[in-house]
Amino acid sequence: MQGLIFLVVAATSGFAAVRLVTNKNLVHAALYLVVTLMGMAIIFLLLTAEFVAWVQVLIYVGAVIVLLLFGLMLTRAQIGKTALDRQQRWVAGPVALVLFGVTAPVLWRFFDGRTISLDRQSGNTEALGTEIFTKFVLPFEVVSVLLLAALVGAVFLAKKD
Amino acid sequence: MIAEILGNGYVQLGMKLGVLMILLPATLALGWVELKIGAHMQARMGPMYPGGFHGWAQTLADGIKFVLKENIIPKNADKSVFSMVPYVTMLGAALIYVVIPAGENLVIENLEVGVFYVLAASSIGVIGVLMAGWASANKYSMMGALRAAAQLIAYELPLVLAAAAVAMMAGSLSLVDIVEGQKQIVLAGFYIPFLPFQIIGFVIFLIAATAEMTRPPFDMPVAEAELITGAFTEYTGIRFAFSLFAAEYITMIGLSAFGATMFLGGYAPLHTALEFIPGIVWLLAKTGTILFLLIWIRWTFPRLREDQLQKFAWKVLIPLSLVNIFITGALKLTPWI
Amino acid sequence: MPLNWVLVLTTFLFCVGVYGVLARRNAVIVLMSIEIMLNAVNLNLIAFNGALEGDRLIGQVFALFVIAIAAAELGVGLAIVLLIYRNSFTVSLDEVNLLKW
Repeated sequence: MQGLIFLVVAATSGFAAVRLVTNKNLVHAALYLVVTLMGMAIIFLLLTAEFVAWVQVLIYVGAVIVLLLFGLMLTRAQIGKTALDRQQRWVAGPVALVLFGVTAPVLWRFFDGRTISLDRQSGNTEALGTEIFTKFVLPFEVVSVLLLAALVGAVFLAKKD
Repeated sequence: MIAEILGNGYVQLGMKLGVLMILLPATLALGWVELKIGAHMQARMGPMYPGGFHGWAQTLADGIKFVLKENIIPKNADKSVFSMVPYVTMLGAALIYVVIPAGENLVIENLEVGVFYVLAASSIGVIGVLMAGWASANKYSMMGALRAAAQLIAYELPLVLAAAAVAMMAGSLSLVDIVEGQKQIVLAGFYIPFLPFQIIGFVIFLIAATAEMTRPPFDMPVAEAELITGAFTEYTGIRFAFSLFAAEYITMIGLSAFGATMFLGGYAPLHTALEFIPGIVWLLAKTGTILFLLIWIRWTFPRLREDQLQKFAWKVLIPLSLVNIFITGALKLTPWI
Repeated sequence: MPLNWVLVLTTFLFCVGVYGVLARRNAVIVLMSIEIMLNAVNLNLIAFNGALEGDRLIGQVFALFVIAIAAAELGVGLAIVLLIYRNSFTVSLDEVNLLKW
């Protein structure tokens, strides 16, 4: 049952991602990104990573998409199709295909037979919080400083002078 | 015996569908209540004619009027995005009802991360506003949408931080645990909710919730046809009613129920002697209190200008909510909280 | 759930992101493709976390940090794109070539 849901959601996310990179309409691309990210959140829920799933919805769908839409709209994204892509897509396509064709079978064959256990105990958030604030305090503080630097940098770069 | 009935799969399914069914009539009722309360606060009578007794069918008549109006899509608009907007905004609002508990087992799904889920669900509606503004092919809609999105993003942070302080006090993110935590403190038979300990948090929550729904005094983006209705200028007919009124009222009831659960005690009764009254009555009474507060604020204060409300969010509310978290942390160190 | 199904999905999404970065010329679409790649990495981390023995949570912690860093990078990236647009009125990466010889 979970395998079936996973296949449906994975197919939707994959299709939305492909439509995202091949779309000529810019805001449609952003909306396909919403579909992809929500699909990812559902898969996180399937894999019992509940807190990460809702963080994904809150931050990615709630804030990152809004930021991207702001970026598109403030740089005058037109309604309708924009011009064609770069001429490099005839090289980029084969590169991506070769990358997929080499990596996927290797991963498939190497990790065959291992399963993800889907019956975690409850209290996932509490355990996650405990682990972040006891074992991973230093990366946490460093990420806080990084976010502060990014905030100051973005405000400074984008202000009118 | 009641536990057996509630544990039955069909009863649970019926409850879940029941909550969905109740949303639309509740929206209509809330619209009428708002018109009446606003009217009496302004020493006038409000709707009196539709339906006979004090115009109870006013919002129903409005709904029928919207359905009968012409459905216009501008020629240059992006049709698929334009039509999807009302559903996106209503989806973001309706998802909140999944975790609100009406009793210890009367909740659609008691998520472990209930508080976080509500905040995530209410942040989905921002995309709807941006989609509406862009898809209308109208530069005033676009500007209104950008300002609305900036306001919604700015006031999400105080909402999250006020909710985080409550989660700290209860020790859990699950809404049922928060209500059970509020039932722990009993003083002369009265259940003391988190309100006296979190009064700053409650005020911040009220302000942030008002701004999240772009209600007055934070309705600069919408401003009801003074600013040509902002992002939803080109919307007519039932799409207009859905995206503007229905989404706002559904979010209002959802966030009020959320605030009532977090700060006022949810389904917990006021006094131990009154426990025979079922929890859902208490929840509705407390939600009604917060709804009354929201409607009262709407008809009282003038509108904030866009830069005033942004300054208020970033320079006043966020430091205040961080101070609130600090105070809550200090309170948790005392042995009797 | 078999692990290799999830891994094929992450590889697919990563390759779609690579194509997007290489082939699109609007800077904001390139940033979106980078977000797809980061999401694929997140899914990979969580999948491997589920396949570990014991109640380890390191994959999910790492995924949370990746989400935070991705958000920070996107903020700065969009600020740069806006600055480029303000100066030269284009966001097409073909025409931003002032540093070329």
